[in-house]
Amino acid sequence: MSNIPSDLRYTTEHEWVRLEGDEAVAGITDYAQSELGDVVYVEVFEPGTPLTQFKPFGVVESVKAASDLFSPLSGEVLAFNQALEDTPELVNDDPYGEGWMMRFKPSDLAELDNLLTAEGYEKMLAG
Amino acid sequence: MGNQLKRTPLFEAHKALDARVVDFGGWEMPVQYSGILAEHQAVRTHAGLFDVSHMGEFEFIGRDAADFLNRITINEVKRLALGQAEYSMMLYPSGGVVDDLIIYRVDDEHFLMVVNAGNIDKDWAWVEEHLPKSGDLSAVNRSDRQALLAIQGPRAVSILGRLTDLDLGALRYYHITQGGVAGLAARVARTGYTGEVGFEVFVPPEQALALWEAMLTEGEAEGLLPCGLGARDTLRLEAGMPLYGHELHENIDPLSAGLGRYVAWEKPEFIGRDALARIRDEGPHQKLVAFEMVGRGIARQHYEIQRDGERVGEVASGTFSPTLKKNIGTGYVHSEFAVPDTRLDVVVRGRPVEARTVRLPFYKRPR
Repeated sequence: MSNIPSDLRYTTEHEWVRLEGDEAVAGITDYAQSELGDVVYVEVFEPGTPLTQFKPFGVVESVKAASDLFSPLSGEVLAFNQALEDTPELVNDDPYGEGWMMRFKPSDLAELDNLLTAEGYEKMLAG
Repeated sequence: MGNQLKRTPLFEAHKALDARVVDFGGWEMPVQYSGILAEHQAVRTHAGLFDVSHMGEFEFIGRDAADFLNRITINEVKRLALGQAEYSMMLYPSGGVVDDLIIYRVDDEHFLMVVNAGNIDKDWAWVEEHLPKSGDLSAVNRSDRQALLAIQGPRAVSILGRLTDLDLGALRYYHITQGGVAGLAARVARTGYTGEVGFEVFVPPEQALALWEAMLTEGEAEGLLPCGLGARDTLRLEAGMPLYGHELHENIDPLSAGLGRYVAWEKPEFIGRDALARIRDEGPHQKLVAFEMVGRGIARQHYEIQRDGERVGEVASGTFSPTLKKNIGTGYVHSEFAVPDTRLDVVVRGRPVEARTVRLPFYKRPR
């Protein structure tokens, strides 16, 4: 069974977001990492790049293929998780913790209403 | 016929092992079991077991078999000793590749040709189209009547050795023999597609499951893992082996692909020879290169290759190399740039990323 922490919000494209003060952190879900298989490359847009909700903020690649990452909220990129440059497998090992991908500054918290709760995400996965 | 995907006799066994299954050239095949990196590593350090029953097998029997094969393939089958095999190709008259393949001389006038799964129908039609109207030759497409398992890796000799009375140590590279494996009548070839020592074992489809289970059980204590097509692809690319649809296709000839050593020029005639001779005399316009990414990014098939901002070619294969821990690839570029240690750029999502050409193979097994 897939791990879906109850304190996060989710996109239908399998990204999660966690608010930390007036910043936010995003990554991909346990389900997404399991579907991708071994993650071998992560790239996030440069700090300062504007983000639009549900538009790309970077790319994740498994051995076989590349997939876009979609931003859970609008805002601006603050940082990429540099640890993923040498150890992208952190995404598989700890998708909600050390495998986080982007720290960013959200510009409109009202957009949270467009995201799924843990319960909603779980229902979506159950199909 | 429809679009029904074909399955090997081991399909249910793969599902039982929780394999992730994908469409590969019309076949429903396992791409991974435990994970591509773990499976790749198992083959490099211990052993891996692959179901490659989707591959095609054609048999050619009769006094005229060798002459016919010499006409439709580029290599020289008459050079083969009994039990010996060679890598070869069938070409179109243009010099483009119909398919790359292995021919085994299993008996004096009996040859086994193993072809790519996705090309079986096309290859068989090509063979039939060129069969002589008369003479002593029987050609049979036995693809549905052959299962094929590959056991590859440094422990393959000891694992398979415990399941057979055959002297595997005496079976040389690119040779084939017959004997009992796990109590089943089999052909055992010392061939593979990983760059490691390994064997390919042919049995009838009804016996594939028994062989699969015997090898898995026997290999477990030595670290053998069932391996899918994902690891097969990263292993073959590290070993510098071409894959049809990537390094080879109908618009690529063996000389451009750097495989001229498999062309038996001493044969006065074979399909594609005239075109190849022209390419040889003029020099290929484009050539296959191998490269390592210097900047961050993974090259993928069809990505553009640039030199000083100008398009000079296209990526054929690209991946993360689990053994080298680098991003590697192959591509076709204008011949002048097909020189080791040349700086090229691979355009990754619109951005040129530095790459440097290297010699094949990327990985060579320690001896």
